[in-house]
Amino acid sequence: MTDNGERDVPGKGLLDGLAVTFKTMTRRSTTQQYPDVEPDLPPRSRGVIALSEENCTVCMLCARECPDWCIYIDSHKEEVVVPGAARPRQRNVLDKFDIDFALCMYCGICIEVCPFDALHWTPEFEYAETDVLSLLHDKDRLGEWMRTVPPPPAHDVLGEPSKEEATAARKAAGPGAATAAKTARPAAVRAAPPPTAAQPVPPRPSPPADPEDTAGSSPGEPAR
Amino acid sequence: MPLWLDLLIRVVAVMAAFLVLPLVVGQAEHKVMAHMQGRLGPMYAGAFHGWAQLVADGVKFVQKEDVTPREADRAVFRLAPIVALFPYLVIFLTIPLGPGGLVAQRLDIGLFLVLAVMGIGVVAVLMSAWSSANKYSLLGGVRGAAQLLGYELPLVLSAASVAMAAGTLSLPGIVEAWQPWWLIWQAPAALVFFIAGLAEIRRPPFDMPIADSELVFGYMTEYTGLRFAFFLLAEYVGIVVIAALTTVLFLGGWHGPNPDQLGWLWTLLKIFALSFVIIWLRVSYPRLREDQLQRLCWLVLVPTALAQLVLTAAVKALT
Repeated sequence: MTDNGERDVPGKGLLDGLAVTFKTMTRRSTTQQYPDVEPDLPPRSRGVIALSEENCTVCMLCARECPDWCIYIDSHKEEVVVPGAARPRQRNVLDKFDIDFALCMYCGICIEVCPFDALHWTPEFEYAETDVLSLLHDKDRLGEWMRTVPPPPAHDVLGEPSKEEATAARKAAGPGAATAAKTARPAAVRAAPPPTAAQPVPPRPSPPADPEDTAGSSPGEPAR
Repeated sequence: MPLWLDLLIRVVAVMAAFLVLPLVVGQAEHKVMAHMQGRLGPMYAGAFHGWAQLVADGVKFVQKEDVTPREADRAVFRLAPIVALFPYLVIFLTIPLGPGGLVAQRLDIGLFLVLAVMGIGVVAVLMSAWSSANKYSLLGGVRGAAQLLGYELPLVLSAASVAMAAGTLSLPGIVEAWQPWWLIWQAPAALVFFIAGLAEIRRPPFDMPIADSELVFGYMTEYTGLRFAFFLLAEYVGIVVIAALTTVLFLGGWHGPNPDQLGWLWTLLKIFALSFVIIWLRVSYPRLREDQLQRLCWLVLVPTALAQLVLTAAVKALT
């Protein structure tokens, strides 16, 4: 009965088939009983996108980079009088931040490009709707998802340290030891900033949308 | 005990067995097949591992619309499920459960009756196939007729072998005459009977008449609702009947430790074990093609059964 070239004992294939099914029966099934038992999703699962509204500077990067244009942002400017400053500052205030999950293809580009970590993945996925229009989540609904954002996974102990850590270590080591502390790649690739105290905050890759700089330009333009 | 009470008890017991055993086997099929395929099977109906799945299925089938196609031969179409189911009920009457007359109807020609009544299955298949006015039904029915007629022969020949060995056609008589060494002596006949029985109830791997991947659902294509449920029930009853007949004829029925008290238990255990094997075979093997099916019947099973007859006769003559 076997058809694999060599001639086995007749009926061996039949018995092998029976053995396979019987062995499978004795093993535990891996079926996930989803509605009864919640699935154990890894923290980086792409369930839904959460918005941390106070982090958003209306730079519009996410809306521009979105491949299917499913992010809708409206904003206006407000003048903020800073005591002691020469003139009042302007800042952007978010009026509308909608993501249409009927269009979203979960590529995560918006989250990648967000310079201030205003967008996050969360593993929640149970937001199916009977009406497709209800899949448009406004900024309040997106904000509610923030509760479900898992803490970021722990650093890989073998991985390179973060830029902030590398910079801090370099500073702590003092000016003379700068080369010795430059073990990490990011510090080696980038031009090392002078180890002075003039720059208290480690530089961002692209410093965008500082409130006072965007006064004349369009709201989303990262000032360079 | 008055006659009517005796009769009532027997009829009620047979009806209960007729309704309960197929459901147990059907549920076992759901769960065993699921686990053999790495699934869980029904988990909801009845709250505990879906034990009430077939009850729920029955309720569903009752609620469904009972459609009879316009071109169908209505009377025949409606009669066919009953014809498919009824012979098995008659067979249930004759299957001995334990020693000392623990059988609904002790017949001296029980084996003859069983084999004759099983032949009615062909009629039910042809009735449903022809009256459905559907080409898939007709194809399935013709395949079914060829298969059932073909496999009737090894079935009867192998059953004749054990009847010759026991010297009686009575089913309880055969079990009484049975001895453990018959397991070896009658082993070819047992295998032939079991395989031919599988083909008789059109179970996979012999489900060419149904062949849902090519004939929709064969001769059952046009059936809905309760009539379809009857066909499904007939399939499960068929499993029980084939397992029970193999048990009674070849595996010694109630023989086991303490047969006088526990005989019924041994019979039931053997029936369930064989039912499990039937389900197991269904999960493991792909469907036989029509020519493979006929080849197996005529070139393997029939010669084996004939050789077994010769062997049985020789051993009987020598002892």
